[in-house]
Amino acid sequence: MDLSVINPLVLLASIMVASTPILLAAIGEMVVEKAGVLNLGVEGMMITGAVCGFVIAVQTSSPLLGFVAAAFGGAFLALLFGVLTQYLLSNQVATGLALTLFGLGLSSLIGQGYIGIKAPVTNDVFIPILADIPILGRILFQHDLMVYFSIGLVAAVWAVLKYSRVGLILRAVGENHDAAHALGYKVIRIRIFAIMFGGACAGLGGAYLSLVRVPQWTEGMTAGAGWIALAIVVFASWRPWRVLLGAYLFGGVTVLQLNLQAAGLALPVEYLSMSPYLITILVLVIMSAGRRRGALGAPAALGRIFHASN
Amino acid sequence: MKITSIIAGAALALGLTSAAMAQDKTKVGFIYVGPVGDGGWTYEHNQGRLALEAEFGDSIETVYRESVPEGADAERALTEMALGGADLIFTTSFGYMDPTINVAKKFPNVKFEHATGFKRAENVSTYSARFYEGRAVQGLIAGRMTKTNKIGYIASFPIPEVIRGINSAYIHAKKVNPDVEFNVVWAYTWFDPAKEADAANALIETGNDVILQHTDSTAPQAAAEKAGNVITFGQASDMSEYAPYPRVSSIIDDWAPYYIARTKAVMDGTWTSLDTWDGIGAGMVGIGEISDAVPADIKAEAEALRDAIASGEYKPFTGPLNKQDGSVWLAEGETADDGTLAGMGFYVEGITSEIPN
Repeated sequence: MDLSVINPLVLLASIMVASTPILLAAIGEMVVEKAGVLNLGVEGMMITGAVCGFVIAVQTSSPLLGFVAAAFGGAFLALLFGVLTQYLLSNQVATGLALTLFGLGLSSLIGQGYIGIKAPVTNDVFIPILADIPILGRILFQHDLMVYFSIGLVAAVWAVLKYSRVGLILRAVGENHDAAHALGYKVIRIRIFAIMFGGACAGLGGAYLSLVRVPQWTEGMTAGAGWIALAIVVFASWRPWRVLLGAYLFGGVTVLQLNLQAAGLALPVEYLSMSPYLITILVLVIMSAGRRRGALGAPAALGRIFHASN
Repeated sequence: MKITSIIAGAALALGLTSAAMAQDKTKVGFIYVGPVGDGGWTYEHNQGRLALEAEFGDSIETVYRESVPEGADAERALTEMALGGADLIFTTSFGYMDPTINVAKKFPNVKFEHATGFKRAENVSTYSARFYEGRAVQGLIAGRMTKTNKIGYIASFPIPEVIRGINSAYIHAKKVNPDVEFNVVWAYTWFDPAKEADAANALIETGNDVILQHTDSTAPQAAAEKAGNVITFGQASDMSEYAPYPRVSSIIDDWAPYYIARTKAVMDGTWTSLDTWDGIGAGMVGIGEISDAVPADIKAEAEALRDAIASGEYKPFTGPLNKQDGSVWLAEGETADDGTLAGMGFYVEGITSEIPN
């Protein structure tokens, strides 16, 4: 074993890159759940975003347009979910699962002609001056734009939910849709917007996989990242900064265990692989013990169907 | 009365003809572990299926199921396929071994072919390719090309086939470069592009400048290309879209001749349970073109090794070889028998890491 071969700075930088897809998807899903909707279709929206982003980026040779297309693709699929669950009142769990399957199938259909093609390169942005700071510069200021965007998004979501009227209304809808309705808020419309926002974020996360992290298109390439994003929302007890922490922790342990293996650590890899999930369970147990169930922070109307006549 | 009897007669006739047609056609099924678009392992099996259709045309029908998880779900997919009237089913991953045996017991009239396993039955054949022969050629190129003397290996699962590949590559890298060191990362997946990319990056960041992979996607190739000064090898498929650099050569699986021969045997009624294990010589394993990124003398050396293996004059596992713990495995000039190779569960001397349980 030779741990000195692991450069902690490089390691931290790759953790940020590895965590970005699940971070984007998780922060989007958190907003959806804050509005009281449980969308289990994150995986489907991610992979749709991955393929839409890849196809458009290859066609236009512009990664930026690819990301925009990915956001639209994810949002479109989410809209489908929104119409089914909000207007046609279908079961959210079943519809979400169906959305995942649909997204996986749709993406391999769209991606048929794009297997084995290379994506246009997304350049790292070296923030002037800051990038030259020793140590911190390498970790924090030499990434591609999406890494900064994802962190900015977390901050924006936090600020909006905490300080703005829009955030207050969104939370009201998620906590008690009947009360929000009685106050005259358009519960369904607000939820549809939240669902589309979540879809757009998941789409961006998927595109980050296909355009930056892997970068290429292969069928089924999200390989369960959407489910991890869902778990992170619970892990974070529906709080934006904890979503960031959770995503970096998950991504961190994934990257770290590979690095430890590469350095020849004798610890069995099975334990390292299961550690993120163990930590999640541990955190959930600690948080739910001692205090009331409300301490977990789940929106009260999560997963419940709203109909104005009720 | 008259009309109903005509209808009944017509229905009967229709039923008969369709039944007759169904009997004429030999139905061949495939179970894949990844998507057909993985660009590697499953892609090549699917190429074999397409070659089958091209060869026999309308006299056969092929069906396939992709991304079937290894384990209980595979049993369900296999049962469905057998109930669907398949005459011959190829199960194309190691993890389908027990499901194949279990389902084969229930359908004695259906022939099964399991890739890379070692359990056979009256109606279950096994087939595999001697990928380790290709690994020997890769190991030689890797040992000659590395500048840091550190070679990264992305392994999938700790099963004999993967361990054989690591050993074979290591032996031949060591032979041309005594300072070489192997760093193995177990990804515990056959196909997960994001994880494979992370594994490749972890290896590159820790100073490995040659990456060998035993996982199926092209993600490690893309990671190496981004890093710039790292070489890779195509796995299962040529992966030539990454040639000439970082991909400098590849192992190509060519299943088509085998699939055609076995389907022919079912059609002729001559099918029997066999254990097939072919290598470079029989054409089941191909060495993809060695690109210009490799200097001419190394290329010639690698090609000489390939030809020696193909003709059978050289075996990749030839003594003197010791096991990792230092005990003698093969004496001078002795070659490994197929039984030991098929169940290989140890590293050869010199590899420093341990095989996970």
